[in-house]
Amino acid sequence: MQRAEPWSAPALSRRCFLVAGASLAGGFVLGVPLAHAVPADTAAQRRLGHFIEITAGGDVIIGTNQPEIGQGIRTTLPMLVAEELDVDWVRVSIRPMPLGIVRTADGYAWQYGGQGVGGSTGLTSNWEYMREVGAAARRQLVRAAAERWKVAPESCATEQGYVSCPALGERYAYADLVADAALLDPPEEKPALKSRSDYRIVGKPQRTIDAEEIVTGKTRYGIDTRQPGMRYAVIARSPWLNGRPVSFNASAALKVDGVLDVFEIRGPQPDEPYQILASGVAVVATSTWAAIKGRNALRIEWDKGPNASDSSEKFWADNASMLDGAGQVVLDDGDFDAAIAAAARVIVRRYEVPFVSHAPLEPQNCYAHVTGDSCHIIAPTQMPAGASRSAAWATGLERDRIRVEFTRVGGGFGRRLTNDYVAEAALISKKTGWPIQLQWTREDDIRNDFYRPAGMHEVRAGLDAAGSILGWTQRLASASKHYRRPDVAAEDLWQAELYPDDFPRHIVPNLRLEYFHNAIGLARGSWRAPAHTANAFVIQSFLDEIAHETGQDPLELRLALYGEERELDYGGHGGPTFNPGRLARLLRFVAERIGHGSKLPAGHGIGIASHFTFGGYAAHAIQVAVSGSGDLKIERIVAAIDCGLAVNPNAVEAQLQGATVDGISTALGQQITVRDGQIQQSNFHDYPLARIRDIPARFEAHILPYGDTPTGAGEIGLPTAAPALTNAIFAATGKRIRRLPILDQLKA
Amino acid sequence: MVEFRVNGEDVAFDGDADTPLLWILRDHFSLTGTKFGCGTGQCGACTVHVDGAAQRSCLVAAATLDGRSITTIEGLAPDGENLHPVQAAWLEFDVPQCGYCQAGQIMAVVDLLRQVPNPTDADIDARLSNICRCGTYVRIRQAIHRAAELLAAGGDDATR
Repeated sequence: MQRAEPWSAPALSRRCFLVAGASLAGGFVLGVPLAHAVPADTAAQRRLGHFIEITAGGDVIIGTNQPEIGQGIRTTLPMLVAEELDVDWVRVSIRPMPLGIVRTADGYAWQYGGQGVGGSTGLTSNWEYMREVGAAARRQLVRAAAERWKVAPESCATEQGYVSCPALGERYAYADLVADAALLDPPEEKPALKSRSDYRIVGKPQRTIDAEEIVTGKTRYGIDTRQPGMRYAVIARSPWLNGRPVSFNASAALKVDGVLDVFEIRGPQPDEPYQILASGVAVVATSTWAAIKGRNALRIEWDKGPNASDSSEKFWADNASMLDGAGQVVLDDGDFDAAIAAAARVIVRRYEVPFVSHAPLEPQNCYAHVTGDSCHIIAPTQMPAGASRSAAWATGLERDRIRVEFTRVGGGFGRRLTNDYVAEAALISKKTGWPIQLQWTREDDIRNDFYRPAGMHEVRAGLDAAGSILGWTQRLASASKHYRRPDVAAEDLWQAELYPDDFPRHIVPNLRLEYFHNAIGLARGSWRAPAHTANAFVIQSFLDEIAHETGQDPLELRLALYGEERELDYGGHGGPTFNPGRLARLLRFVAERIGHGSKLPAGHGIGIASHFTFGGYAAHAIQVAVSGSGDLKIERIVAAIDCGLAVNPNAVEAQLQGATVDGISTALGQQITVRDGQIQQSNFHDYPLARIRDIPARFEAHILPYGDTPTGAGEIGLPTAAPALTNAIFAATGKRIRRLPILDQLKA
Repeated sequence: MVEFRVNGEDVAFDGDADTPLLWILRDHFSLTGTKFGCGTGQCGACTVHVDGAAQRSCLVAAATLDGRSITTIEGLAPDGENLHPVQAAWLEFDVPQCGYCQAGQIMAVVDLLRQVPNPTDADIDARLSNICRCGTYVRIRQAIHRAAELLAAGGDDATR
């Protein structure tokens, strides 16, 4: 299916303002996506609102307003539109839309609904909106047909691209009605939506709508932007965290054939919020390779800055000594001290989770063209509105002077929630006046990231004589993600790292959470399923340890704790409730599928884990073999997800497969370490990603549906992969992995 | 100046002799289907065929190109109508997520199947080292086995 050229933002009219959505500050979509968004003076066109075009031949082109990072959103959301519009899915193609913020009397507003993907919300925040887009357009088509027939709209029906009037025995193709329909004033009230039993498209596996472009190399990612007169730029960023150039000699660089300009880029002061990550020196050239060669020829004298003595050794030693003291109590249910005092047995363990890098395979890049009073940005980003803000910061322009297009993205994983590379590109274009493409190399990417926070967790449980948990505390010393965020108070830094309503809240009555913030100078950010990746590893490892220490079955222990289906209050993202019975259902399923409890040969073992992430539920069962010399082989994986209604089961399965691989890949070998104020890793040789040989052919990904509404799926399947793996390693070897990554710990 | 062929067309490049083929394709010929991932031969996103053999184009210098015949993802399908069987298998199993690595995966697998027409899982593990950051390996493996069937059944006739 060929994709048409991107739409440019249509000229504004009074009618557009009528449909503009919530204010930008208001977050996600509240706007009413009625069909009357077409400016009246363009009546000849074949569009119904911003999202739908019906060609004369009856093909349907659906605009996609969200960034595609591989999660399948540019297939899944058009499915919702097509479902309610009532058209044949095979007639649908998609058209990417640019950022649609417009200035109104009340400030900026979303012209095409909220645009941005993170926190597994891309589907859930558009679930109502996109169905209403389709349903509102369908209503307009029905009304247009009814006017022609002089009958009531209620006497008409739609069927796969046609409006029919059964009483007259006549029908019109949508293509014949669209021009009329676009001119009708729409009703105030929201359109009626289909009931689930009428779905033809939703709930059925659909393939990625633009996959053919991908496999033929036609898809244009951000890095593939080619514009007239475009120059290429790279930046030599400070190798030291918060360092800056004192002076530089560009003469050798400027002698490199194709190098056009060299100048300093000033990053933030050490305690300032990040607009860009680092100070450095930019090189602009006529090709990427010339820019890279020019950068290699630079001679820069660096001020190593205030973090030059930062090291991972000191960071971990500080974590350990912090945990020997008293921290900030952020949750204190019941009476933990009394529970511990009354316990027949107390188990204490410490776990370490490292800094990791996002490493999307498409390195950061951005096209920017800043002219006197306008700016054009083309970027791979998860947050196009953030790209607009970053460009506004860099250029000083009003945001309605900044045009942002966003491409299919070569991996997100949370890295492209921040748009520092957009700001850099805009700075360079503003300085030179040229249209430029900023290109990061892999080394730039690994060494300049908003890393997943690292931390040391101490978990303590008091058990009664039968092995039941009376009290539980999790104490975390970590480098908070909220470091250098504006408007985050020191006492709130914990909120990014401990999610208080996670298991075992409301299940273990005496529960205490305690936080210690450890300063280190590298930037932190959201890495796919943020703190769930750490906390699921810690909690699911610790449950396993309790089970083995007390002679209980790891499955039965968890099932007893989770109990029956019931809604517990959950105040964090993914709430308002958490149903532990849904975890029990998944866990029982994967355990049965993999043969939990069966006798395995020596050196083989099965591990299980389950966790609630951002509204969705997942469980893993993994079987491993570990040789006498410590070689690890993952033999089998059974994964299961409950994300409510799976709108596109094909995409949900893909996300579960990919999230599982991500969790395993990260647990096996990934960590970012610091020595003398520098990031020690640089490329895939020392920051290894899983390859096909690491992932077994015996890999089942199951969807267990629940209810009539979807949750997200992109992050849900990740957190449980690592603890299922390390629990399996324990079952196979008796060796407990308490420090990630696993690396060569099995060789010891 | 080096003269070589890209997707059947004669081309010339007169830039620096150390310029990697990757950047020649992308910046000078606007063949952007070949992707930059690491620049050090680790990830395979830039895989193309040099005289029919899969090579990581970030490690192939301009100086070595004289007289070579290069095929990129844009030139893999024999004509505009039909897909290569490996591409067809990729669509059948809906392999791509973000899709960024997939051109390189496909180019690597075409060469793998040329050498081992009916690979076992162990063959795949031993011979395919391209990185997929999204973790599509389960479907890549399925698609390789399917592509082997399509090729055995007669190649182009079995597509679409």
